[in-house]
Amino acid sequence: MTPSATSKRRPIHPPAAPALAFPYHPGSLLSASDLTLDDISDILTRATALENQDPLTRDRILAKRRVALLFYESSTRTRTSFELAAKGLGADTTLISSLSSSIEKGESLKDTGLTLRALGAEAIILRHNSSGAPWLLEAETRLPVLNAGDGMHEHPTQALLDLRTILAHLRPGTHAVTAETLAGVTITIVGDILHSRVARSNMQLLPRLGARVLLCGPKELLPEIAAQTGPGIPPQRQGPVAGDPGIVIERNFETALRQSQVVMMLRIQAERLAGLQLDLEEYKANYQLTGPRLAAQAPQAIVMHPGPIIRGLEVTAGVADGVQSVILEQVRNGVAIRMAVVERALTAAQPKGGRA
Amino acid sequence: MTALVIRGGHLIDPAAGVDGLKDILLRDGRVAEIASPGKLKQAEGAGGPDVQTLDATGLTVAPGLIDMHVHLREPGQGYKETIATGTAAAAAGGFTSVAAMPNTRPVNDSPEITRWMQAAERSAAIRVFPIAAATRGSKGEAINDFAALKSAGAVAVSDDGLPILKDGVMREALAAAARVGLSVIQHAEDTRMTHFAGGIAGMNAGAMAFKLGLRGWPNEAETSIVERDIRLVQELRDARVHLHVAHISTAGALAAVRQARRNGLRVTCEVTPHHFLLTEEHVGLYNTNAKMCPPLRAEADRDAMLEGILDGVVDAIATDHAPHAVHEKEVEFEQAPNGITGLETALGLSLRWLRGEGKLPLGRVLGLLSAQPAALLNLKGRGTLTVGSFADVVVFDPKAEWTYNARETRSKSRNTPFDGWAMQGKVRWTISEGRIAYKSE
Repeated sequence: MTPSATSKRRPIHPPAAPALAFPYHPGSLLSASDLTLDDISDILTRATALENQDPLTRDRILAKRRVALLFYESSTRTRTSFELAAKGLGADTTLISSLSSSIEKGESLKDTGLTLRALGAEAIILRHNSSGAPWLLEAETRLPVLNAGDGMHEHPTQALLDLRTILAHLRPGTHAVTAETLAGVTITIVGDILHSRVARSNMQLLPRLGARVLLCGPKELLPEIAAQTGPGIPPQRQGPVAGDPGIVIERNFETALRQSQVVMMLRIQAERLAGLQLDLEEYKANYQLTGPRLAAQAPQAIVMHPGPIIRGLEVTAGVADGVQSVILEQVRNGVAIRMAVVERALTAAQPKGGRA
Repeated sequence: MTALVIRGGHLIDPAAGVDGLKDILLRDGRVAEIASPGKLKQAEGAGGPDVQTLDATGLTVAPGLIDMHVHLREPGQGYKETIATGTAAAAAGGFTSVAAMPNTRPVNDSPEITRWMQAAERSAAIRVFPIAAATRGSKGEAINDFAALKSAGAVAVSDDGLPILKDGVMREALAAAARVGLSVIQHAEDTRMTHFAGGIAGMNAGAMAFKLGLRGWPNEAETSIVERDIRLVQELRDARVHLHVAHISTAGALAAVRQARRNGLRVTCEVTPHHFLLTEEHVGLYNTNAKMCPPLRAEADRDAMLEGILDGVVDAIATDHAPHAVHEKEVEFEQAPNGITGLETALGLSLRWLRGEGKLPLGRVLGLLSAQPAALLNLKGRGTLTVGSFADVVVFDPKAEWTYNARETRSKSRNTPFDGWAMQGKVRWTISEGRIAYKSE
């Protein structure tokens, strides 16, 4: 077993990972990275058109089409806005939540999906506590699947509605986006990046429009590796994007705020801080967005939050209700964006055996 | 009296230094004679009703392969695999011996289960050597009776799937195993770094895990245990102490093994085909057939495994064959069980990549798959084909290229990332103690 010289040895290059077939259905929205800039432009354009359309003609667009909302986690905003969006287009919706269905009896995600398909569902909107669950559901059902939040992975419609909100303030009237649309714009995302699907989807989306994204938080909630996970890093199929990287870690909240036109606060779950032995008071001292902090460092910035807000923790009540807050605009934009993606799901061309 | 003659093949027996055209006579489960083609003295009776002749012209004849790390799932989880189906898959892959890990239901921590696994009623196609649990119930607390387990047939002890975390327990296990001449096989994973309140890490820690929203399994969880174990071996100052690191996957742990060896310690390791061929990139978008423990690593670690095989610090190739039913893998990534099958693909992948691409001599590749694991497990008369040794033989066509089709597996399960992969070297016959355990159609 002693090493012997192997002079004729040559390096071995085993095969790279195969190209990914996802999404199988062109109407699916699994990750923000699935969307091309053209896709994003189309969704933004349709969102505005649908929002402005007469509700009495709008509800013929998907009249009597069947959309299932499959929710393994509780949700107020996302569930309601998807439901209102689908109904606003005339679709029939049905809600299946894990606590009042056979999921409680142990039915698998695959079987639940196949059952919904057999019941006539033409698209499934999935909220799930496991990262990656929408990919499984799409592979098994081959239906258009809309990811309404998977574990700590992604929440692509949230990123789209955030984008619509940002554009309304910084680039009013813009619907067709390019790689330069947000050039010169700095957006700070603050807080529990590690566990945030909202952060991950925005990190996939915003840099591709030219934005610089600053991530801000303590190392327990924001590992250094996060800076290496923007667009252009696998797994994604579009290759590196010009101008990348657009993601930088800035741990000092004041420094980040001073550079930002947009501040996106994330919800802090006190139990997560406890698990990480993070001191809540210390966290608030360093990262809570307060009126004085905002006035001193970013008096012109818009303040965003995906909700639910824990007032007095990540933001003070004054900031949440203040003039710079666009939190309720985000909620409103959610309905328009989700009308566009539900329409896209049900009107996209049928799959031809999956895109390469 | 049954006898088998293998004629005209190219015999490669690295342990015996044989590499040339030979005829072999197998009789009563043993190698009876080896001679140049046509020169077998005892084969005059060949042609009689009890003598079967296999024409191995153009084929390679080698000691049957030995996989020192498999999960056969019996007792307790026969829906994933049985000893019969697992060994049938092994025979198809050219293996004549497998060492079966004790994470069965119940855990194999007793002489009774150790004997049960070897009983004729299990209908094993090849020889099964149980590895018994190191601690009661593999709970990492109380050491089992190694002498009793050894007399029941156990060839090593391990709590595989789980590490022995406590220093004192591991030290005692190493010392007690050494007294009866067994190795301790450690699954090196500091679960304090991989098990979280919200779940268990399912893929390599790094940018990909972060991006996929999955909890990461850091390299340090492996290296820290390997370094701790090596320190314990050093402190014991007993030449009989043998630590074997199962499915090593990180450059750091391999470096620690290399250093321990330089220091004269009896520390050995095995690498799986998936850890020397695949990287975390193969997880793709939540492919549960690329989920195992330890996870697929970054490219630098994968390259270190290849380097370790080529330069000799790696002692054995083992598959960590871990069958799971289809429905168990068709679930959310985080919920999917760890493990992939490997018995039918180990030889084809090793020949294709280590021999074909890496130009590792065929004898070295085969040694990693037979003579060396035989030595690690102290399997007397196996891993070589000298006269008197067990008639465990694999005959394969080294030139044949083929594609692995998981649907045709002999295993009960087909959870493999190598479905559709090109293989080199097709097994024609696998002979276990003189019986043909597998022949290709």
